[in-house]
Amino acid sequence: MKPYIKSFFYIPVFITAVLFFSSCTTVKEYQKNKLNDTEMSLSSRKIEKTELSFQSYREGASGANGGKTGGGCGCN
Amino acid sequence: MKKLFLSVIGMYFTMLAALSQGNPKTDSVYKPRKLTFEEANLVSSYYRQDGNNSAVTGGIGSEKLTDLSNAIDLKLYRYDKRDRKHSFTGEFGIDHYTSASSDKIDPHTISSASHSDTRFYPSLSWTMENAKKGSTIGAGLSLSTEFDYGSFGANVNFAKKTKDKSGEFSAKLQAYLDRVSLIYPIELRTGTGTRGEDDDYATTPRNTFNLDLSWSQIINQRLQVMIDGEVVYQHGYLGLPFHRVYFADNTVHVENLPSERLKIPMSIRANYFISDKFILRTWYRYYHDDWNINSNTLQLETVVKFTPFFSVSPFYRFYQQTAADHFAPYGIHTAADTYYTSNYDLSKFNSSFFGAGFRIAPPDGVFKIQHWNSLELRYGHYKKNIGMNSDIISLNVKFK
Repeated sequence: MKPYIKSFFYIPVFITAVLFFSSCTTVKEYQKNKLNDTEMSLSSRKIEKTELSFQSYREGASGANGGKTGGGCGCN
Repeated sequence: MKKLFLSVIGMYFTMLAALSQGNPKTDSVYKPRKLTFEEANLVSSYYRQDGNNSAVTGGIGSEKLTDLSNAIDLKLYRYDKRDRKHSFTGEFGIDHYTSASSDKIDPHTISSASHSDTRFYPSLSWTMENAKKGSTIGAGLSLSTEFDYGSFGANVNFAKKTKDKSGEFSAKLQAYLDRVSLIYPIELRTGTGTRGEDDDYATTPRNTFNLDLSWSQIINQRLQVMIDGEVVYQHGYLGLPFHRVYFADNTVHVENLPSERLKIPMSIRANYFISDKFILRTWYRYYHDDWNINSNTLQLETVVKFTPFFSVSPFYRFYQQTAADHFAPYGIHTAADTYYTSNYDLSKFNSSFFGAGFRIAPPDGVFKIQHWNSLELRYGHYKKNIGMNSDIISLNVKFK
């Protein structure tokens, strides 16, 4: 693995660690109105379905986004 | 094509007819024991691409392609005696594509078998959510079939929330058992009378097994994040039989790739509620596989809410990858190479994808039709720095 690739690898680990260990607070159900907004959903949206498919076919990388990692040809 | 269009219109009206039967209230108090309609979605997309690095013609030639896809899903639910919510989702999708490069598999035919094709992909899934325990289990089955490819998929999943419901762990195990039809370029076919117009092509397996683990966490009243890691193992025929590779000595061969591939993508998603007008959605992924593709992807999307029921979401996605070990352009591979491909999707490149989405979800329904919950439209332009570009426009109609 090239050195610059390795450094990219640590970015999500670092960000996650900082977020998790420094600022987590318990949020009560009645305080979740902002988090429950449709646009705050942590999953991919239905309208992105075809986007995720074509990206998984046209790019070498796939996965970790709710899109396809197998099944289907991508023959063209 | 006309049949396909009529089928989609037919399914759309069937769905509307089902909705007109009435929909019991789904507030937190009412917990129906009978199977009850929850929501239905129609997602339609039109995709077009162009470029000059088609793998069918050995890394040179037109990549022109169009794809029209339509998918309808219907979600029903009921509660059992122990107050557990059972959700059942059925989905049916149809893609119709035309491909200039596939017509080069056998240029002697007016139009080869794979010049245009239709893919059907039905799926069924079930989940059972126990709100008291904060746990969910589920399972699903899927099929996908087109002229030269068939796929059967199965999955099981599990999720568990923390006691204070601020965190959730989920796991999903998936398997895809695929069959690839061995349709070779015309000049590389052996035997007699095998122009390939019949349907008796030999097939070979391609299997994919996938474990996806994720953790989502509420950080505060405005911020939530999710980390996601997957291990994907593929085994079988991982190339495509009609991908040509031209060697340095001008001989032509069928793409040859290893029969195993291990992929490890890891991602983090963070959504931040800046204000009532702005929401920031971010996503980053690091990817590595044992063909030596390393990749980074970053996506940023800002949701701008003009009213609580109308929003516009401009987005930008940057992608970068290194080349697979076995890739070389036209005329570079030699007989000394064990594995070889000139598929530019496995080459070194970076790409940009940008566009915007529009969403309306009025409280009294879209165009005042009560059950028409929302309407979304999204356009994106995709551009690789190696000359390939594409456009996609998608529509999502949701009934609830």
